Amino acid sequence: MFASLLGRMEWHYFWHGWVQFGGQLAMVGGVLTLLAGMTYFKKWGWLWREWLTTQDAKRIGVMYIIVATVMLLRGFGDAIMLKLQQALASGHSDGFLQPDHFQQIFTAHGTIMIFFVAMGLMFGLINLVLPLMLGSRDVAFPLLNSTSFYLYVAGVVLANISLLYGEFGAVGWLAYPPLSELAYSPGPGVDYWLWSIQIAGVGSLLSGINFIVTILRLRAKGMTLMKMPVFAWSVLGSMILVVFAFPILTGTLFMLSLDRTLGMHYFTADLGGNAMMYINLIWAWGHPEVYILILPAFGMFSEIVATMSRKRLFGYKTMVYALMAITVLSYLVWAHHFFTMGAGGNVNAFFGIMTMVIAIPTGVKVFNWLFTMYKGRIEFFTPMWWFMAFATTFVIGGATGVILAVPAIDFQVHNSLFLVAHFHNTIIGGVVFGYFAGFAYWFPKIFGFRLHERLGKAAVSCWVGGFLLTFIPIYILGMMGATRRLDHYDPSLGWQSLFIVSGVGTLLIGLGVVFQIAQLAYSVWKRHELRDTSGDPWDGRTLEWSVPSPAPQYNFARLPVVVARDAWWEAKRGGKAIFSGAYSDFTLPKNSGVGVFIGAFVAMFGFAMIWHIWWLAVLALVGVATTLIRRTYEEETEYVVTADEAKRLDMKSQKAAA
Amino acid sequence: MKQVIKSTQSVEASPAIFGFWLYLMTDCLVFASLFASFVVLRGQTAGGVGSKEIFSLPFVFLETMVLLVSSLTSGMALLAAQRQKRQHTLMWLTATALLGMLFLGLELYEFSSLVQEGHSWTQSAFLSSYFGLVGTHGIHIAIGLIWLFATMLFIYKRGLTHRLMQRLTMFILFWHFLDIVWVCIFTIVYLIGVI
Repeated sequence: MFASLLGRMEWHYFWHGWVQFGGQLAMVGGVLTLLAGMTYFKKWGWLWREWLTTQDAKRIGVMYIIVATVMLLRGFGDAIMLKLQQALASGHSDGFLQPDHFQQIFTAHGTIMIFFVAMGLMFGLINLVLPLMLGSRDVAFPLLNSTSFYLYVAGVVLANISLLYGEFGAVGWLAYPPLSELAYSPGPGVDYWLWSIQIAGVGSLLSGINFIVTILRLRAKGMTLMKMPVFAWSVLGSMILVVFAFPILTGTLFMLSLDRTLGMHYFTADLGGNAMMYINLIWAWGHPEVYILILPAFGMFSEIVATMSRKRLFGYKTMVYALMAITVLSYLVWAHHFFTMGAGGNVNAFFGIMTMVIAIPTGVKVFNWLFTMYKGRIEFFTPMWWFMAFATTFVIGGATGVILAVPAIDFQVHNSLFLVAHFHNTIIGGVVFGYFAGFAYWFPKIFGFRLHERLGKAAVSCWVGGFLLTFIPIYILGMMGATRRLDHYDPSLGWQSLFIVSGVGTLLIGLGVVFQIAQLAYSVWKRHELRDTSGDPWDGRTLEWSVPSPAPQYNFARLPVVVARDAWWEAKRGGKAIFSGAYSDFTLPKNSGVGVFIGAFVAMFGFAMIWHIWWLAVLALVGVATTLIRRTYEEETEYVVTADEAKRLDMKSQKAAA
Repeated sequence: MKQVIKSTQSVEASPAIFGFWLYLMTDCLVFASLFASFVVLRGQTAGGVGSKEIFSLPFVFLETMVLLVSSLTSGMALLAAQRQKRQHTLMWLTATALLGMLFLGLELYEFSSLVQEGHSWTQSAFLSSYFGLVGTHGIHIAIGLIWLFATMLFIYKRGLTHRLMQRLTMFILFWHFLDIVWVCIFTIVYLIGVI
């Protein structure tokens, strides 16, 4: 009786081996230290009131970035283990990882890096600046925003619990069936994978809706779509992709979970299931997903390059058309992930050509940035260093992408390390460098002081050098025939030296990460020297720089009125003032714990589904429904800031900054 | 933005309703994935029954009528609410709830008789995709009913406040949306399946 109450939970799921034990110890130790510290310094009330229940997009953004950074460290730890194994495991040496554990690590690495690092950083940065840039006080639905964040956290929590109790999927980051079906992966690992990304994915979907409504409905007066900053356009493109692509992920994972929990046959190898259907569906989400990640990075670079070159962005309109073209085209290329499926020459030709066509708008963007820099008075602050790192590495990644788009070549290098090098080239060189650039660029606006420049540049240098050292050998290995996800190879192949070089490169990236942490710590320590008193440290162009740093909770005491692109730049150069007229009353959302509760209940639901504890799943759903119903019919969810109060706050924050 | 909802703009034009429309489109895509899978797998009966053997059009027609009429009554409820007639609104919503429950009952009856005849979702990919698609619609109806009960309770207690009008509008959009999805299910699953 008692056993059935706990589903399929058993004691042996705690112990996996000494390597994992180290990870478990680090995780439990970290969490306990954090909890003890919070209790010792009596910070729980502060944490709850100021952060956890906040509806302020900027604070939600900061929380996203903190969680994503922790996950980045974990995902990077996974990467180091993979690299070390591959550097060691040749011939008689088996390395230090068991094959099953190795498989779990590469699955966790990919899943964490895409869903919990890249998506987390993206939503974090968008939350930080999008409302400010649009001249709005908040996103359209603040509570939904907070709920999305906690769904993301629920996904993160589930993925990490798998390290402590149970196992993670050993199926690759997209869990292709029939391997991911019950017949071949009966344990809880695939279920951990499935439910953690299902829950985080729903959070992303809701964020997508939220940001689209924010962009289309909450822009400053006078800011027509074609006067919007390019970053806002890039977010619009990305969020359109989110609302079109993430439902497919939700549906596909739902079908896989039906197969695994109810014994259905959507994707099984027997009774008529069709595994290739899963692969089509998951890439119909998966390809747009990479553009979901890269478009905001393009937007960030567009802002940074224009600001730091002291010039208007070259070709604003072509930038917008290019973004929208990529948004549409990214839907028509998914089959290039499996040219070897056997769809036939015509199908492959179509998808190959569409893939190459995407290089055109992307190329337009790169040239626009370069022309923006041309004859500009360029100031090489850290964000600009990230841009240059991006411009070189991303173009290499794009070029290898065009190579892979040729079906005949793809057949040769399919599933080889050449592919692995290609997508790391675009995702690290594009997405990661972009987000780091955006982080350094907007950091002063949120925290009121700049990041230390020299440490930041040291970090960029290590990242670029380390990146090239890691992945150029991987390209070469791919051409030599090394397949992806290898945990052991024969010494006669002559691969080991290249794997060792690649491992050294990873350590160099690690040094870059150390520099970034040092930069953050040092900047916090020296925050008074680095303080941004002007609110406009880079001599910026867009509305976020028109308010004091750190930006006040309500963003704008008086809402701006815009007449031109680069509204703040024009206003500074003697154009029409963006703030004028009298102050007026406005409302702000009250703090709410609803997001926290929904996140907690949904995490509980996910855990119950993974371990087949049905009563707990029902209980969790009842919890979600009750929370939602109670909140939906609350009438007083906002408070009013009066015009006098707005004026007083505005004077105070301007005085504090000056 | 919030002042705008309260005063000048109508409920239908508020950002919340626009956002809800976007949500409905995403849900539509979840269904699209399930429909696509059903169409791919409909022939994969693994030697078992196909759609011709198990679907009864008159029964499904009855289900369809029940759901269509419930859509009509929900629309009447919204019209009554817009004229601030609380009693009428509640009456029409009660009719919607009863029809919704009847629909759900009919669907559960259909499912249970299929399972009893040995045609459960574990038998073939065709049956999996059938139960998966139609069942997902059923789950939506069930969630809609819970939402409807909550809406009715609050309208009963508080009257048709601005906030409740907005929630009611959303619910009715949701209910019409489920109706449209059902029309697609009726056509693609049942009608094409039997012909």
